[in-house]
Amino acid sequence: MSHVRLVNVTKRFGLVTAVDSLNLEVSKGECFSMLGPSGCGKTTTLRMVAGFEDLSEGEIYVGDRLISSPGKNYYLPPEKRDFGMVFQAFAVWPHLSVYENVAFPLRVRKLSASEIEKRTTDALRSTNLLNAAKDSPADLSGGGKQRVALARALAINPDVMLLDEPLSSLDPHLREEMRFEIKDLQRQYGFSIIYVTHDQSEAMALSDRILVMKLGVVQQIDTPFNVYNDPANKFVFSFIGLSNFLEIAWSGDKPFPRGSGAPLPLDLTPPDAMRKAKTFSLASRPSEIDFGGEDGLRGVVTRKSFLGEIIDYQIKIGEGEMRVQKSRRTPGPQVGETCGLSLRRPFWYTGTE
Amino acid sequence: MSGITQKRNFGAAQIILFLSIAVLVIVVAVPVLLIFFNAFWVGGKFNIRDVLKIIGEPDTYQALVNSLIIAAGTTIGSTIIGTFFAWLVTRTDLPYKRFMKSMFLVPFMLPSFIGALAWKMLLSPRAGFINRFFMANFGLSGPVFNIYSYAGIILVEVMYLFPFVFIQVCGALERMDPTLEESARISGAGLFTITRKITIPLVLPSILSGALLIMLYSMAHFGTVAVLGIENGIFNIPTLIYQRIHQSAGSFASIRTGTVLATVLVVTAAFIIWLQGKILSKGHYQIIAGKSFRPMELKLRTLRVPLFVLCVAYIGFTIVLPTVVIFLVGGLKTYGLPFTWENLSLDNYKFILFDYKVTRDAIWNSVTLGLAAALITMFAGVMISYVIVKMKVRGKGFLEFLGMLPFSVPGSVIALGVILAWSGKFGINLYNTVWIILVAYIARYMAFSLRANSAALEQVHDSLVEAARACGATMWQALKDIVLPLVRPGMLAAFFLIFLPSLRELTVSIMLYAPTTRTIGVAIYTLNEDGETVVSAALAGIALVLIVTGQSLVNYFTGKSEG
Repeated sequence: MSHVRLVNVTKRFGLVTAVDSLNLEVSKGECFSMLGPSGCGKTTTLRMVAGFEDLSEGEIYVGDRLISSPGKNYYLPPEKRDFGMVFQAFAVWPHLSVYENVAFPLRVRKLSASEIEKRTTDALRSTNLLNAAKDSPADLSGGGKQRVALARALAINPDVMLLDEPLSSLDPHLREEMRFEIKDLQRQYGFSIIYVTHDQSEAMALSDRILVMKLGVVQQIDTPFNVYNDPANKFVFSFIGLSNFLEIAWSGDKPFPRGSGAPLPLDLTPPDAMRKAKTFSLASRPSEIDFGGEDGLRGVVTRKSFLGEIIDYQIKIGEGEMRVQKSRRTPGPQVGETCGLSLRRPFWYTGTE
Repeated sequence: MSGITQKRNFGAAQIILFLSIAVLVIVVAVPVLLIFFNAFWVGGKFNIRDVLKIIGEPDTYQALVNSLIIAAGTTIGSTIIGTFFAWLVTRTDLPYKRFMKSMFLVPFMLPSFIGALAWKMLLSPRAGFINRFFMANFGLSGPVFNIYSYAGIILVEVMYLFPFVFIQVCGALERMDPTLEESARISGAGLFTITRKITIPLVLPSILSGALLIMLYSMAHFGTVAVLGIENGIFNIPTLIYQRIHQSAGSFASIRTGTVLATVLVVTAAFIIWLQGKILSKGHYQIIAGKSFRPMELKLRTLRVPLFVLCVAYIGFTIVLPTVVIFLVGGLKTYGLPFTWENLSLDNYKFILFDYKVTRDAIWNSVTLGLAAALITMFAGVMISYVIVKMKVRGKGFLEFLGMLPFSVPGSVIALGVILAWSGKFGINLYNTVWIILVAYIARYMAFSLRANSAALEQVHDSLVEAARACGATMWQALKDIVLPLVRPGMLAAFFLIFLPSLRELTVSIMLYAPTTRTIGVAIYTLNEDGETVVSAALAGIALVLIVTGQSLVNYFTGKSEG
């Protein structure tokens, strides 16, 4: 059952199209992430859902209720949408205590005193803030401030929670911890999450589905597993996880890595779709490459770095380079040695996409 | 090796520290201490009863009360107007907001005593143009408004002081993280609730700090009260000090009264500054945004045009009208004639620029005094700021305390202090010379220089100097090649922050001038007192041209280097 629905949503700032006819449906209780580099339109999309930006075209629904539609000249202001929202820079009010920050959305809804008390306490308990209720948020750490922002968003028990890079102001250790807390709160309260981030590991860990966006255009919407395993295009491949791209050109009817005298081995025969392209890319994940095989792809080790659990190799093939990551227990070649490589799952892409 | 180098630096540091302390002690601390000494030390004994007796005298007591009334009224009025206009130009869709904002800052440039002169011409009970116009055309028997009153003085001060609150609140509203308001909105609050519960409380420290600045300024303000109050016997502390010293030509009793009043002023100023620091440190919220979208803009809808008209009317009435009046009166053959083409000419302007010795001397004095004071104070300020901000030497705490002094000593107190210090008491008598004014200017403007230079020096991270040292530069080379070029903008800022205000200085010069050492401010004021209204207005017009041209040049060049 779809809960939040965006239909042909488009946003233009002057001549720039920030979001280009976006269609998506978020189900009830789902955690949906929007992922992309900065300027890709993910934050603008979230702000349109929240009601801070109006739409240039398209419609947004929550359930059956229309909340934004420039065509019908209808726009429900943010304060009437009953969403919870957490911002990147916390946005907790420094002149109010932690308790008053959390009670604020309840007070503006003019609930009874006992109801305010009960709901505020509940939200504070869920976020482990009961002991800090009387403190000023200025005295809390970054994680503490973000908990206040979460508790404030929870207080009205919203159906939809909008999270705008909520963890990017925290240090890495805390980030991981808060991820699980957000997940726990979702299980407990049952809200849907629309989550904006540029951090792919965060999106993978939290989400039921991920949307990858580039320059306002959707690249792929799928589960984290499928996005990683079957990227829709070269951009998604490069944006999610570590990636190698080796440029290949036809010479006669044989494919050569750029600057290399040796053609690609037979087990790396390009699919027919590559026949038309003058140059194209051979893509692979550094962790999905094995050493060995005299008749494989051959290159020279130019760098070998010990990173702890894994060893990171840089292999020069013609003018191109490939990274290979192996466990520290796997024996490997030394710097300067020539080695053979076999790619477990090669991907082929034409052009830049 | 390292021990030797360290020792030599220690020596250099000590010299700079000693020089810095010496400058502040001689220029600021000694005069202030002499004031306290004269106030409390009678006949070789500490005497507080006598001090209380002086404060209890009807004249002095009334001056204290007047200072409070005027300061309170000015502060309240300026805070309301400043906050309202700041909100209007930052948070609404008022037309031509940027232009409006720059217009609201114009009063910063204009000397308030010149404004007071203009308002006197417009609204004095019998001769004021507006009052005469209404009495002639609407058959009123009395004036519409008498500017020689508390209300008149407060209104004029508000016109010239409200930018202090305006600029602080504008800054706070512009820098404020918009998500603080957005999160209130998504929480369900409407714009009115957000303004009341979130926005205003968050900028309250800025509002209060601007208000206290105005209070400080108004308590110690001389010009407006001197021009508008004396007629009706309204004196505040600075004007009473001036009147006593001026009338009695430095008799013991008048100096005593002066020092006691000055002490009250210093204590009040110190209290206000302390309070301001308290508010800023306690309520200094971190509300500055990292990355941000545009802040919410309130659509004024039907109020858009009326509020625009209000702003234009305010600017026209408080800025354009007085300025025009000054220039027109400066062009009249005789004060009192109607403004017709036959009565207007440039003769007065020619007269004061080329023929009249008093005004020519005054312009020369002000320009040379301003240049000298600005140069000396700029260099002294760099040195002192460097010790305070960057150096780690013993005895720095004392210097920090001395460095705070210039901020809390009002102009009339400085003037009285230098009279006490430089009238032969210590073997040097500068009284009635131009040098005593120079010394007083240096003391008065040291605070500006310290602020600008400290701000610039704080931008220069220690590691920049350390990097130069690591590359083999000596401390002096690092200072010369790294620090100095980086703080040059701060030094330039300090120079103009001193030079331009000194062109229009009145409070200090009026207490220290001799017949040949009038400054522009003194000449305008005394010519007006002597009834030479048209000449005084013409000189005021010239002063306005000088100040506005100078300020525009500075804005143009600093604006260009930033962009």
